[in-house]
Amino acid sequence: MSKALLYGLLLSILMVSAPHADHLPPWVSALCAALLAWRAYLAHSGGALPMRWLLLTITFASVGGILIEFRTLFGREVGVTLLILLTTLKFMELRGPRDAMVLVYLACFIIITNFFYSQSIPSALYMLATLLVTTTAWVHLHGQSIPLGGRLRIASVLLLQAIPLMLILFVLFPRVQGPLWGLPQDAFASTGLDDKMAPGSFARLSLSEEVAFRVGYAGQTPLREQMYWRGPVLWEFDGRTWTPGEAVAPAAPQFTDTTQPIDYSVTLEPHNKTWLFALDMPDRLSIPARLTHDFRILRKDPVKARLRYEARSHLGYRANPNEAKRQIQRALQLPPSFNPRTRQLAAGWRADSMDDNAVVRAALAHFSQQNFRYTLQPPPLGAHSVDEFLFETRQGFCEHYASSFVFLMRAAQIPARVVTGYQGGEFNALGNYYIVRQSDAHAWAEVWLPGQGWVRIDPTAAIAPGRIERGLSAAVTDAAALPFMARNPPDWMRKLRLNWDALANQWNQWVLGYDTERQFAFLTRLGMESVTWQKMALNMMAGVAFIVALFALFMLRHLFKRQPDKVQAAWLKLCRRLAKAGLPRAAHEGAQDYAARVAAARPDLADAIGEVAARYTALRYENRFDPASLQAFQRMVAAFKL
Amino acid sequence: MSQSLKNVIKQAEQIILGKPQQIRLALACLLARGHLLIEDMPGVGKTTLAQVLARSLNLQFQRIQFTSDLLPADILGVSVYQRDNEKFEFHPGPIFAQMILADEVNRATPKAQSALLEAMEEQQVTIEGTTRPLPAPFFVIATQNPLHQAGTFPLPESQLDRFLMRIQMGYPDAQAERGLLSGVDRRELIAGLGPQMESAELLALQQRVRQVFASPALLDYLQAILRHTREAARYTHGLSPRAGLALLSAARAWALLDEREAVIPEDVQAVLPGVVSHRLQAAGEYQKQNSDTLARELIEAVAIP
Repeated sequence: MSKALLYGLLLSILMVSAPHADHLPPWVSALCAALLAWRAYLAHSGGALPMRWLLLTITFASVGGILIEFRTLFGREVGVTLLILLTTLKFMELRGPRDAMVLVYLACFIIITNFFYSQSIPSALYMLATLLVTTTAWVHLHGQSIPLGGRLRIASVLLLQAIPLMLILFVLFPRVQGPLWGLPQDAFASTGLDDKMAPGSFARLSLSEEVAFRVGYAGQTPLREQMYWRGPVLWEFDGRTWTPGEAVAPAAPQFTDTTQPIDYSVTLEPHNKTWLFALDMPDRLSIPARLTHDFRILRKDPVKARLRYEARSHLGYRANPNEAKRQIQRALQLPPSFNPRTRQLAAGWRADSMDDNAVVRAALAHFSQQNFRYTLQPPPLGAHSVDEFLFETRQGFCEHYASSFVFLMRAAQIPARVVTGYQGGEFNALGNYYIVRQSDAHAWAEVWLPGQGWVRIDPTAAIAPGRIERGLSAAVTDAAALPFMARNPPDWMRKLRLNWDALANQWNQWVLGYDTERQFAFLTRLGMESVTWQKMALNMMAGVAFIVALFALFMLRHLFKRQPDKVQAAWLKLCRRLAKAGLPRAAHEGAQDYAARVAAARPDLADAIGEVAARYTALRYENRFDPASLQAFQRMVAAFKL
Repeated sequence: MSQSLKNVIKQAEQIILGKPQQIRLALACLLARGHLLIEDMPGVGKTTLAQVLARSLNLQFQRIQFTSDLLPADILGVSVYQRDNEKFEFHPGPIFAQMILADEVNRATPKAQSALLEAMEEQQVTIEGTTRPLPAPFFVIATQNPLHQAGTFPLPESQLDRFLMRIQMGYPDAQAERGLLSGVDRRELIAGLGPQMESAELLALQQRVRQVFASPALLDYLQAILRHTREAARYTHGLSPRAGLALLSAARAWALLDEREAVIPEDVQAVLPGVVSHRLQAAGEYQKQNSDTLARELIEAVAIP
């Protein structure tokens, strides 16, 4: 086994295992790296491979270590760890082509396992590169004498030839819903909005540029300041933290006088929570879910895979105009003996006017006139957090404003609650959809007014209207604290990011999101009637057979078509030249006979014609055709001097 | 080509003077596992050729003189009742040899002729219900007198087809004839010949003939020849597919004798007269031509593609 082949295999194994390094136990990564380095050294120095007993000891010790580490030998993590470890150990006993073959297969298998952890475009591209390296090593195994460039070319051609097969398999391989085909449930980490709100929680979230969900509008697009994506609704306040609290006996939401329907589809990134996001106020949903009394949408199970749903919302609405007494009571609860100055302020407003609307206006006016600042880095607050915020620091992020506003309302005997979710989003003209990021997380308030029901009031809009109209970076006074891309990136960078996101969106929709439903829809659109998995499987096999036959025909075409017409052309050219010189070849005269006759007539040409005839005979009648000797023959004919 | 094969040719040329082409054709026929029909006057060296080949190649030699009263049993053998052990015992006939010289086949009755020809075709004989294989290699040289004599039975065309080649010895040229006349008696010379080859080597050579490469271009040429005989008006009927196969295997053997691993058109042309002259018949006005002219015209009529 040549060194070059060994290094190729080493590179391949190294490349396929590298992405696993950060989730393998560190000692396994270190052990594998050490073993590979050891093997590379042995290959370099030509030393003998380690003894069998040593390998067996390492194997049993490390499997024991894995058993201790994971306490099981089953499951994704353990499986991948074992696979990589044993593959590396296999390297230590790599002797013949058979072992090398096994390693190539193992490398291909490890490539698949990488997709358990990441299915993004960059990782797919990286896996393609590793596949190329692995295939090159494989080609090397079968053609030791092929130079590196040739091996790469063959491997690339092989991969290119695999593309039609890949497309057929991708489109037609029956997708079955169920755990067998799905990815492990823990494949996705979760970040995002929580159902608790304390000072600072939104400011932290606003630093994240991760995508929360993407939205495509079917018809009319609402104004940016109308895009309130409703998430958890928070009722209870303990003086510092807002929580949903215990829901009182669930009742159906009342939803009347709806206007301005908006249809859209949401592709939600997995967030490991049960709630879905929809525009205020949601009405209809394409997937099974529950609409709660306070207009949240809940699913039975946490969203652990990317989820796509269609929804309809109404921008104009009257929500629960006849709210139950118990709900009103809930929306007036305040923790006793906190924030006395705030209570006093609210009581003063209430004394001035019995009109709820006037109180709301007074509160908003208070925010806009008392020199409040909208900032990502508000000073820390003590026990009376609302008092301190309203009267001393006057610096806060959306959660401060929402929290203190609801507190003020409740203190003034107006039912109110905090609503969290996302506001706004970035439009991607390339894919014609909106990207809503974690940095778009927002908190606002709802007050219940008699006859009008729950009405959305966003106190942040009173202090920093730019936040609602243009986004976070336009509104905060200390934008420097935001991550670079959220601030004001150069135009080309923003465009690049949008392009990339559009691509990722297509990838999500069509590659990763190609599930049973999409498959059926796509095949129906292609004209397949009554799609069944049997039919898909049959079509798939037929398609694969067709492609393979096509390639086989292409590769075996020399069996059907003969190559050496160039040989004959060069020979006939020479014969014509000799004919002009008075030595025509009879049609039935073979090359050897003709050469002998020419040699007899022109002894000066004897050597040359003998050589040409011999070469011609070899090319045309012997089983030794190759382009190099054809070129030599053509040169010989061209150089023939009469 | 093996040294022993060269020695065989050299030895034969020392005895049969001035006939190198016939010697090579006979050898090619043998290497291609075919049988040879020599048609010529008496006394031009037909028997000598067979004897020389048998001796040089170390083959068991049997001569069967065909006469009008020859019976199949005289060729194949017969079972005779043995009184001692009260059983019939088979006495093999002269056909159970590696090289058979069937002299003047056209003097025997068709029944006797077909006994020989069937054995040639099938490499085995069936006598009284028992099939007995013939030795390998198995090679028949039959001679035929071209003179139209009374009481002869010329081989029909279908039987002629069993022979791979038909050649003529022809008169020796003056120089060769002088050598013949002034030299030692041929029979003494033949008696002094030593074997140059074992039969295992001959079998291996026969195997190698089959592996000589025939390129698509060469097959094109071969097919052009066959097509021409079928389309041209000067033949009563064209060459059969079996004739095409015979032509190819003879050309392969010729290529091997020429120390080549691939057949070239010249090989085909060299063996063509021998292979097709007894298979083609001129029609109408061309009937008067002798078979050599017919073959030469065939070669000249077909261009090498």
